[in-house]
Amino acid sequence: MKVIFWGTRGSLPVALTAADVRSKVIAALTAAQGRQLPDSAALSAFVDSLPFVSRGTFGGNSSCVEIVGGGSEHLLCDLGSGVRPLGQSKIATYGPARPQLYHVFLSHLHWDHLMGFPFFVPAYIPGNRIVIHGCHQGLEDAVRLQFGIPCFPVDFGTLGANIEFDVMTPDEPREIAGFTVTPKLQLHGGDSFGYRFERFGKTVVYSTDSEHKLDNAQERQKFVDFFRNADLVIFDAMYSLAEAVSVKADWGHSSNVVGVELCQAAGARRLALFHHEPVNDDGRLALLLEETRRFEEITRENLAPLEIISAYDGLTVDL
Amino acid sequence: MSDDRVEILPVRIVSGVTVVSPQGRIDHTGAPRLSAALEPILKGCKAGGPPLLLDLSGVDYISSMGLRVLVVASRTASGQGGKFGVAALQPLVQEVFSIARLNLMMPCYVEVEAGCAQLTAP
Repeated sequence: MKVIFWGTRGSLPVALTAADVRSKVIAALTAAQGRQLPDSAALSAFVDSLPFVSRGTFGGNSSCVEIVGGGSEHLLCDLGSGVRPLGQSKIATYGPARPQLYHVFLSHLHWDHLMGFPFFVPAYIPGNRIVIHGCHQGLEDAVRLQFGIPCFPVDFGTLGANIEFDVMTPDEPREIAGFTVTPKLQLHGGDSFGYRFERFGKTVVYSTDSEHKLDNAQERQKFVDFFRNADLVIFDAMYSLAEAVSVKADWGHSSNVVGVELCQAAGARRLALFHHEPVNDDGRLALLLEETRRFEEITRENLAPLEIISAYDGLTVDL
Repeated sequence: MSDDRVEILPVRIVSGVTVVSPQGRIDHTGAPRLSAALEPILKGCKAGGPPLLLDLSGVDYISSMGLRVLVVASRTASGQGGKFGVAALQPLVQEVFSIARLNLMMPCYVEVEAGCAQLTAP
């Protein structure tokens, strides 16, 4: 099983500015001073040796994650702007003449988690089938809402693919595309739902847009159970803990600190920081990752190490 | 982890500041205990009342729930017009404060005496 991150930014897509790119070029050229880089292989090796913040970017598309389990059907979590490059990749791989089946699991109906769908090219191709799963009763209405005047020039009815909607029930596991999929209610404005995906002894939990009230021990235990022994937990780490319990309390998001603690209690193996705050640039996100790893280290005690990664657009994680 | 892992020492007054000294671990079982112990003390931390300083020199671990108790205490005091701070954090607790950004939300003093002096400064 593997997980591909196509969109990792929270709330609103962002893009690097010219000043951001310039600072990365300067950092790279500074590091290259005095080095002999005679050919492309040497250049590639040098670039790969640079810190991620100099050679890459966390990216700016809003939430979209693909779970690849080896079957012919495609599994996606959320339809943020990251679903646009995902769709282009599928078209490049399969072409328009080979019908594909897509299963989409929506965490909730806020715009940053739906905005990419009008730009998902497979939705326009007859023969494709797209099943949109979720737990909100208003699932279909919300997806249809952004098509048509005045939001978008294309009406939902003109989409070529066969699009279906499936309202799931929280805490009831379902067998979908070879996976056991269990949704869980989360605390977020208008509700959100996390999903636990299990197949071939591997487990991925997608838990974004989820606030955790630290004084609610019963709810904490439910999330520990939801994350139990997961190979990867994709976690909403948008705010610092201080923000999440004060000025941004009830905004529906969580922190890196709570992500580590829940994963430690659950015996999870890997935590992916996700739904990055739009105001955080690459430098701040890199620092956040470094601090989170340090927090895990100093709070580990006798537990097995928890691997911490920070999701970025284009990252592939093999499980 | 048992409920007695955090102990609230008797309150003392230092240079006009109410100083409280929790001991041990402030984790998901100790945090509610600390919260309950602070509740009556916080009532006096108001405009014109003595500032409140938590001496954390005896705390060797603090979880997110413990951090939340301190944030709530700080905001409660501030809302009443009182002054609140923490002091004498052990190095690892200091690191946790920094990672959680609590150091941006409340005054963190190196020593109790320095904290008392700052909190009572005009």
